[in-house]
Amino acid sequence: MDRRKFTSSLSFVAMGSILGAPVVFGKLMPKGYIPLGLQDPDPFKLFDKDKQMVILNDRPWNMEAQAHLLDDKVTPNKYMFIRNNGKIPERIDPDTWTLTIDGEAVKRPKRYTLEELKRAFGTHTYQLTLECGGNGRSEFNPPAKGNQWTVGAVSCAQWTGIRLRDILEDVGFGENAVYIGYHAADTHLSGDAGKAPISRGVPMKKALQDETLIAFKMNGKDIPLVHGHPLRLVCGGWPASASGKWLKRISVRDKVHDGAKMTGSSYRIPCHPVAPGEKVPDEEMCIIESMPVKSLITFPKTGALLKKGQELRIRGHAWAGELEVSRMQYSIDFGSTWRDCPLEKPVNRLAWQHFSATIAFPEEGYYEVWAKATDSQGKSQPMVLPGWNPKGYLNNACHRIAVKIG
Amino acid sequence: MKRPQKFEETARQIRKLGVILFLFFGAIAGIVLYLMVDPTLSAFHPRPKVELSETPIPDVEEDNDFDTIENGVHLRTGFVEGEGLMTVVNNCTNCHSAKLVTQNRMTREGWQATIQWMQETQNLWDLGKNEAIIVEYLATYYAPQKKGRRENLSPIEWYELQ
Repeated sequence: MDRRKFTSSLSFVAMGSILGAPVVFGKLMPKGYIPLGLQDPDPFKLFDKDKQMVILNDRPWNMEAQAHLLDDKVTPNKYMFIRNNGKIPERIDPDTWTLTIDGEAVKRPKRYTLEELKRAFGTHTYQLTLECGGNGRSEFNPPAKGNQWTVGAVSCAQWTGIRLRDILEDVGFGENAVYIGYHAADTHLSGDAGKAPISRGVPMKKALQDETLIAFKMNGKDIPLVHGHPLRLVCGGWPASASGKWLKRISVRDKVHDGAKMTGSSYRIPCHPVAPGEKVPDEEMCIIESMPVKSLITFPKTGALLKKGQELRIRGHAWAGELEVSRMQYSIDFGSTWRDCPLEKPVNRLAWQHFSATIAFPEEGYYEVWAKATDSQGKSQPMVLPGWNPKGYLNNACHRIAVKIG
Repeated sequence: MKRPQKFEETARQIRKLGVILFLFFGAIAGIVLYLMVDPTLSAFHPRPKVELSETPIPDVEEDNDFDTIENGVHLRTGFVEGEGLMTVVNNCTNCHSAKLVTQNRMTREGWQATIQWMQETQNLWDLGKNEAIIVEYLATYYAPQKKGRRENLSPIEWYELQ
């Protein structure tokens, strides 16, 4: 072994030991590329996440919270799930970042710098619920392909930005406008520069809502890198994939946007109910819009041991996509009886709502506390898995925690 | 003032003027030269907060412990030991993490369809003879288990709540 090779292999050993894992394709790593992990060896430090967050995937990065981590009324970054489809863009410079509005249905295509956007349009702040379409996928039977999210792919942070509607009115759009589609700066895992990892969007009706933002701040600070710095489209109440990170361009389309993960079976469910495991042709799959009613017990953490006679104070959040949650109930006898519990109004439309209850248990033993939310149209969370679908989306089954008394 | 003194004085002034002119044009030339190299004056802007810098990394010899298997698990990927393991490692962890495979459970048809989907849409190469080996390995070690409509809560880590 010559000296150069010796020192170079040493450097990989060193990198491996810092990363806590060997550099898998060290040989294939392009010269000049520093693995993202090496910027800060620890992904929790790198993304400023709590150590109790669970990594589902490290290429691309996917990380979820656990129910008890989501106890805050406004989700802080450290407990916010990460769902990435491609590689995080490198060398982001907010000073030279631009947003382009184009597309078949746009009247005057235009490019804005970040400064121009902030100067030209009014700033608005909303607390918006973002839940991954595949949150809860791990429970489906037969299993569905993809990241096996349990309950933690949901957040409700405060987003500050300008209204997409204000920009769309500035550029003007024709009556043929049907959909907006976003284009972003993240890159495809295969390294193919011509491929977008994800390019989704929403119908004009959603795009023109007050709460649909082009955000540049999250919880009052610059949006963290992994959540879309410096610019992110935020469409609360819809699958979080509609909220494009690292936003570079928005196309006003004269048809349903056909970017990556808009077509095929991505973020779609069968247009009509199917039996578990049934094959569904692409043309019978319909795009998911509003997320369904759901709730989460965020305190206490599952597994609480209580003394006989000790009361249990529970709390959590409930949300219902485009709708409001109108009723919150809990059961300690597997749904035989339900009790109503107080539920707060949302701070604004599309923000989650908080509930709490004090529970007295009749005798010693093993209990499960189940929570059930009902939306303003009377739809409740099912206790069993909802309708099976090939990609395992929209599992809004009741959340529960285990409790033992005595 | 005597004549030689006056001459020296004039010479000094001319020299001084020469130096000033030299420095002046030198400075202008310097600025022009800098602008040619860095027309956006980027060196004077504060560095963007999010920057992933580059430093060259030399290439490397293969490590002998690269494919260690411990307790039936291939350490660096987390794949379980079994026939076809290295074929799977070599073909299925280049673009995405092994975690994307190991967290999933599919039937033979499911794994086959996933490979086809990756070939059609995600730039996966033709696997040739390896395809059968890979599908066999995945269908054997990452097959679905029946879960019913709702499973028991498990595992539960019990703790005393004050």
